[in-house]
Amino acid sequence: MALLDVQDLSIDIGGIKPLDSIGFAVDKGETLGIVGESGSGKSLTALSIMGLLPLIGGRVERGSIRFDGMELTRLPEPDYRRLRGRRIAFITQNPMTSLDPVIRVGEQIDQVARLHLGLSGSAARRHSIEIMERLRIPEAATTYHNYPHQLSGGMKQRIVIAMALAANPDLIIADEPTTALDVTIQAQIVQILGELVREKGVALILITHDMGVVAQACDRVVVLYAGRVAESNTVSAIFASPRHPYTQALIGCIPRNAMERGSLVGIPGLVPSVARYPAGCRFHPRCTRSESLCEREVPVLERLASGAEIACHVADKHEAAHA
Amino acid sequence: MTAPALDHSPGFLAEARRTTLGKVFLSPKGGITGAYLLALVLVALLAPWITPYPYDAQNLPLASQPPSLANWLGTDEFGRDVLSRIMYGARTSLSVSVTAITVSVFIGMCLGAAAAYFGGLLDRFITAVIDLSWSFPELLIALILVAIIGPGLTSTMIAIGVAYLAQFTRLTRAEILALKNETYIEATIGLGASHSHVVFRHLLPNAMAPVIICGMLATGDAIILEATLGFFGLGAQPPVPSWGAMMSSGTAQIFKAPWVIIFPGLVIAITVVAINLFGDALIRALDIKSKIREG
Amino acid sequence: MPSLSPLVTIRDLNKIFESRKGLFGEPRRMTAVNQVSLDIPRGQVTGVVGESGCGKSTLARLVLRLLEATSGSISFDGVDLLKQSHGAMRLLRRRMQMVFQDPYSSLDPRYTIADALLEPFKVQGIRLTTAEARQKVEALFAMVGLDARFAQNHPHQLSGGQRQRIGIARALALEPDLMVLDEPTASLDVSIQAQIVTLLEKLKHELGLTYLFISHDLNLVRYFSDRIVVMYLGRIVEILPDAKAAPRHPYTQTLLDSTFAPDPTQRRDISRLTGEIPSPYNLPQGCAFAARCRHARPDCLSRRPVLETRSDGHAVACFHPLT
Repeated sequence: MALLDVQDLSIDIGGIKPLDSIGFAVDKGETLGIVGESGSGKSLTALSIMGLLPLIGGRVERGSIRFDGMELTRLPEPDYRRLRGRRIAFITQNPMTSLDPVIRVGEQIDQVARLHLGLSGSAARRHSIEIMERLRIPEAATTYHNYPHQLSGGMKQRIVIAMALAANPDLIIADEPTTALDVTIQAQIVQILGELVREKGVALILITHDMGVVAQACDRVVVLYAGRVAESNTVSAIFASPRHPYTQALIGCIPRNAMERGSLVGIPGLVPSVARYPAGCRFHPRCTRSESLCEREVPVLERLASGAEIACHVADKHEAAHA
Repeated sequence: MTAPALDHSPGFLAEARRTTLGKVFLSPKGGITGAYLLALVLVALLAPWITPYPYDAQNLPLASQPPSLANWLGTDEFGRDVLSRIMYGARTSLSVSVTAITVSVFIGMCLGAAAAYFGGLLDRFITAVIDLSWSFPELLIALILVAIIGPGLTSTMIAIGVAYLAQFTRLTRAEILALKNETYIEATIGLGASHSHVVFRHLLPNAMAPVIICGMLATGDAIILEATLGFFGLGAQPPVPSWGAMMSSGTAQIFKAPWVIIFPGLVIAITVVAINLFGDALIRALDIKSKIREG
Repeated sequence: MPSLSPLVTIRDLNKIFESRKGLFGEPRRMTAVNQVSLDIPRGQVTGVVGESGCGKSTLARLVLRLLEATSGSISFDGVDLLKQSHGAMRLLRRRMQMVFQDPYSSLDPRYTIADALLEPFKVQGIRLTTAEARQKVEALFAMVGLDARFAQNHPHQLSGGQRQRIGIARALALEPDLMVLDEPTASLDVSIQAQIVTLLEKLKHELGLTYLFISHDLNLVRYFSDRIVVMYLGRIVEILPDAKAAPRHPYTQTLLDSTFAPDPTQRRDISRLTGEIPSPYNLPQGCAFAARCRHARPDCLSRRPVLETRSDGHAVACFHPLT
């Protein structure tokens, strides 16, 4: 049994249904990438796992979220509160707004350890500095006493990660953790997250729109489109032979090293808004290979022998052809 | 352009504007106060035709009569009908305060925009003068100005206008300083736009809404200031009725004929409260507009 | 194309920002652009790449005189730009336009799209009849691949990619020679980024435009540009004569190492990347990159390398270049 197992998850926010039968699993020491454009439901998936849907007026309509044997969709809020921050940590996109501007950054890390691990003042402090050193924050003991505004964006994001780590969580959900950062800093943060998974055996869910980050850091990947799973597979398989036209298009959007001018292809059109999902396959209006069947019938998510999953009428589903 | 708009969006903004005003008048606060203010403006406009008596018709035998069927709000020491004088007084009070505030808002926007847009020495000078005037109470400024120019309606208007100028200038300046950093301002300059185009086509239209609301709320204060000057005999000169002057003349017989002072006072209070509540409702309704602006 | 003089020639350009803490505080000086000399050849794409604080956006604004340079010279098609009066500059702006990073704030929220597209003619005093105006708007819509039904909409009703297309159309309205593209895709989804880049390529060919393309994404710049200028903390550290040239400056190599290819077989080990970008307010006296450079030697800390151009046009400011 995987650490986190999400099955057939559908949510409802004020009558609209932005997630429809999402499923995936992630185990300890594993990194799962959730990719898709804005509006694909990536962040809502994170909110669902964190049990924070009620904050935005939503609820789980159907399906299950099992975490370490517990059914989270039926977990009472007080129990959930003990889980959040303690066993499931959340790293948001914007480090600038995740930190309290008037509290020293070290003390903000302390607070997590005190709350969840019951550490005392000096023990919490030693604990925090140790985590900061592990995240390669230079002069951790000095930085401990700084206020957020004295730190650069990359350093603030490291503090946010340190806060997420302070209670030794089993699962970390990182929602676009590097989008706001410079490329050299982004590379360092991705490296740090990867080391955490390898060395500490945490499970990591990395939410991103960047297929490059997925290729660099993830083991498995779920491609979301307009609230549904388009394709899910191991990273090596999905890049070696992307089957869903949407996955192919997403990979084709990224300028590669030594790519010929004129060979970059965008995906025409836009992600449809939740209120106006097209009938049939939701990707068909933007798909170069759509057939009349795609306009009428919703493609079901098929599980192939290798464990890959794909929801498409036209994609090649023969495993041998790609083995 | 006659290109057909999207099915869901014909004249979206026009529609939103309608619903903004609709929202104000449909909310209980905005509806009641709006109806009252509308009625007050109508009374002020139509006073010569609808008052039961001329405002200056003296009837000494009937002086200081309590409210009755003939004189609903009683009569003053010259036997003039208090109701008729309050209705005429609305003309004075409203026209003086609205005119003064309108002119003041206009000048304040120009000064604030110039200070914020051009910056440098001009900004320092305008800010210094405005800050200086900000540090005196409005009544004091008004009293000094009336003392210099002499009593009368014109000087009341100037006094009110100058007294509130600082507020509008500062607000406009702050709004424009914030808007100046918007990319579309830089983009417009990049197209080769002149200063006046940038200020009058982009900055002021986007900065206007909060300043106008502020002006609306200040009109309530201005009515009080006008009444205060009138009370001291520095505003409208007799026999032209104004609410402040009526109260002033009422003080002499406050125990004998309290209605002469109570009713104008009550009207001032209700009007000021109504303006403030209506302004609140407007701010609340305009929140939608700020959402539209941010997309 | 050879033997034509460059469209823009920049020599020894400097921009110093001064800020003061409070009325009596010590003025702090920041040199955002430092002794930059650069040619922008006609009909080509000159890419400028660098991280935040490297001065690339300041350079873009100096070239268009949206900011006043502290010293130096800019010649635009033989005209000394910095000596032009306010009025002359306004007329010259017809020939040089900019596309901005943030499509959400680069359009006045009160203007309809049609009004925004007609504003360039209005500010330049070009009178159009109603029929002409309509024709212009339709032609511009067609040029950037948007449906003219958006004409009466307001910006908030459009998606980010659509707004950026309007931003491009507005810049094209006056038929400029030079387009400065300041991170035109940085706030868009990758799928939309590819659409916009493809559009910009098409327009360049159709209209014979000259681009100055600013970006933080080295892969994108390598894909899109003919020449690449690499900036670090206000200075040019390297000019690559063509997009495929191997980097000679260690910083350019670092940038390259920080980008992730969408290919899990090419994972990078980024543990070598360390350090933060120094504060632009107090720059080291030697090479600004020395503190983060793996190849740094003692002389890098004491003296500042100058930009030296090889015979093949490859320029680098480094004592110990990689090749």
